[in-house]
This record gives sequence, C-alpha cells and structure tokens, in this order.
Amino acid sequence: MTSRRQVLRLALAAGALAGGSVATYVVAQPRERVIQIQAKRFDYTPRQLTLKKGEPVVFELTSADVMMGFNLPDFNVRADVVPDKVTRVRFVPDKTGTFTFVCDIFCGGGHEEMSGKLLVLE
Amino acid sequence: MPSTINRRQFLQLAGLGSVGVVFASALPGVASAAGSEDFYFVQLSDTHWGFEGPPNPDAKGTLRKAVASVNALAQQPDFIVFTGDLTHTTDNPVERRKRMSEFKEIVADLRVKDVRFMPGEHDASLDSGKAYKEFFGATYYTFDHKGVHFIALDNVSDPRAIIGEEQLAWLAADLKEQRADAPIVVLTHRPLFDLMPQWDWATRDGAKALDLLMPYKNVTVFYGHIHQEHHQMTGHIAHHAAKGLMFPLPAPGSQPNRAPLPWDPAQPYKGLGFRSVDAEVPQAAYEITEYPVIRST
Repeated sequence: MTSRRQVLRLALAAGALAGGSVATYVVAQPRERVIQIQAKRFDYTPRQLTLKKGEPVVFELTSADVMMGFNLPDFNVRADVVPDKVTRVRFVPDKTGTFTFVCDIFCGGGHEEMSGKLLVLE
Repeated sequence: MPSTINRRQFLQLAGLGSVGVVFASALPGVASAAGSEDFYFVQLSDTHWGFEGPPNPDAKGTLRKAVASVNALAQQPDFIVFTGDLTHTTDNPVERRKRMSEFKEIVADLRVKDVRFMPGEHDASLDSGKAYKEFFGATYYTFDHKGVHFIALDNVSDPRAIIGEEQLAWLAADLKEQRADAPIVVLTHRPLFDLMPQWDWATRDGAKALDLLMPYKNVTVFYGHIHQEHHQMTGHIAHHAAKGLMFPLPAPGSQPNRAPLPWDPAQPYKGLGFRSVDAEVPQAAYEITEYPVIRST
C-alpha cells in the first residue's frame, strides 16, 4: 500500500518532470493570525497594529457605514472596504519600522484624519 | 505700467522677480506655436469656502481679501483658474449648494471674467460631482489660449481618486490632435504622481495619464490639494502645487499626520496665497510668482 508520503513524493517528481513546481502543496502553511479592523467615519478600530517581520496575517476589514479604503502604501497593499461585507487581505510584513495606513476613498469631513499606524518589529 | 517694458521686466523692477521661478520644459526655440504670444494667468486653489475652525480665524474673509489682491494686480491676467476644493465638504446637499452659491458670488467680484473652475474632492466626491456640475459645468475639459493647449483633468469626482477609463480615453483622443512639441498645460486638483500616498496625496491611476502625456515634449502640470508650494519633475514633466487660501498643510512627511498648520497670530495668513504664471509660449517656459493673501503694495 502506498503511503501518503510516497504519494507526495510521486507528485513532486511529476511536477518536476512537467517543469512546474508542486512544492507549495506539500509545505505546511504557517498559521495566519487574523486581525479584524473596522472602518467607521472617520477612524479605524484598532488604529494601531503591531506585527512581527515575516509573520503572516489576514486582515479582515469591515465598514460600519460607507465605503472606505485601506491603503498601506509602503507595502503596496490596498483594498476597498465595503459595508456589509468582510474583505480579507493576506499580508506578510517584510521590513521593520512604523508605517501609515490610510483611507484613500473620500468619505467626508474627517477623511483627512482617517489613518492608523502599523508597527513591525524584528 | 510703462508700455516699453514687459510684465517680466516689471516684476523684476518691482522686486517680485525674486520670488518667481522660471521653469522651462524645453530648450529655447524648440516649440514654435503659430500665433503664440506671451501672457499670464493666475492660479488660486483650495479656498474651502464653508470651513470653520482655529486654523483660520478669518475663514469668511480670506477669499474676499485674495479676490481684492488679484483685482489690485497692476496688469490683469488673461484668465484665472481655481484648481479645486472651492468649498469645504458637507454631508448636507442643501448646504453644499449654499456654499457653492456663496463662493460663486464672491469670485464674481474678480475683475477678470474669464475664470476656469475645477473640482476638488471636497466639492465633488460625495455626490460624484452632481452639485458641482450644476454650478460650474463640466468637471474636465480643454481650452486653447495664445498657442498653449490647456487640459483640465478631474481626479476627484470618483471618491476613489481615480481619473477613470472614460476620461483617460478622452484624454488620449485629445492628445492625438496635438503636435509632439505643442505647449501643454494640465490643470488638476490632486497630484498625478505619488507625492505622498501615506497622506492620500496621489491619484490612483495618475500614472496612466502621465504615460499618455510622456510622448509630448512640453507638458507642465499645475495642481492644488496639498495647500503649499511644491515643485517636482516626473521625467520631463514639471508639476507645480499651489498654496491654498484657507489653511496651510505640512510639508510631505514632516510631521506624523497631515493636520493643518496652526494659525500664527503674529503672521496672519502665513502659508496662504495665490500665484501668477507668466507663459513664455515659444520656449514653453513658465515663470511662477507667489503672492500673499494681502499685498503690501
């Protein structure tokens, strides 16, 4: 009887022969921390996030009122945050420091103040 | 003003040339627009009519003072442009229209009657430009003046700060009609390049507009949004941000957030003002002179 490990090895060999890579299917995915962020005119909750460099996370973004943006320009990460919907964004910080995330969809009189900080530690 | 000297010479004699800067987009003699003639226009921006708060204790008087200062210019400009955020945003559609009506009434006092308007996100983003169009007409358009092709771009009516495919197609079609060396001036509200996306000082698809403009040798952009003078090149395209007329904002990245700079009672209206732009058409060069809200002369 073929073991599960042997099946994976065969799959890897087949993938290599086909010129592709199946490594992503056999390497265990690190567990992703889920971080819920709620946007509400004109603030994010929480407005400060702390992550470790290399730590994979999933942002679960929701809006309590109107359409918002979530833009983390230093990592080229952005998403529309739509009311009555959970928007999921996978993110792995690859550098340390303090970075700004900002609403980039004009949402009214306090739009210019709507931002938060991301602290990435070593 | 004596008729034997031109406006540039006059500015230098008046000592205003020291605050003016010449920005040339091409070597002298490259452009040769038929029927071209030097002229100047005035840019006002970010008047935010309707704003109230400590950053400007004279919120109801500043625009009127600026209008008076423009009217006092010894030689009147050929035309005047307002590069957006004419009014401060409000959720109330009735109040929005009231502010636009009041703004229009105040600027009707300008001696020069050729006035071009553009929306900012405060005017247009909450209703996709509906009220703005009722008062000021189209949000994007072109016009030609003495050999210079002006293009007003709308990067605010879509609250996502995008120009959009429809307008980009319109821009591409317009540019196809222009010579490669045509003097082109783009007027818009937000920066077309990523000046500081961390402060939302960008246009999400601005790079697409710049890609369309890149083949043209003589392109200069005048914009607002950031409430301060700022000059930057992207390739051979020069971008010049104007001061606002309600409250100044900090230099990009100079403080943790983009909160307005506080009013200084010792120097009222500091950081506010308007500018004149002298176009030397054959050279596609533009001399910018910055003026305070209240002129001392």
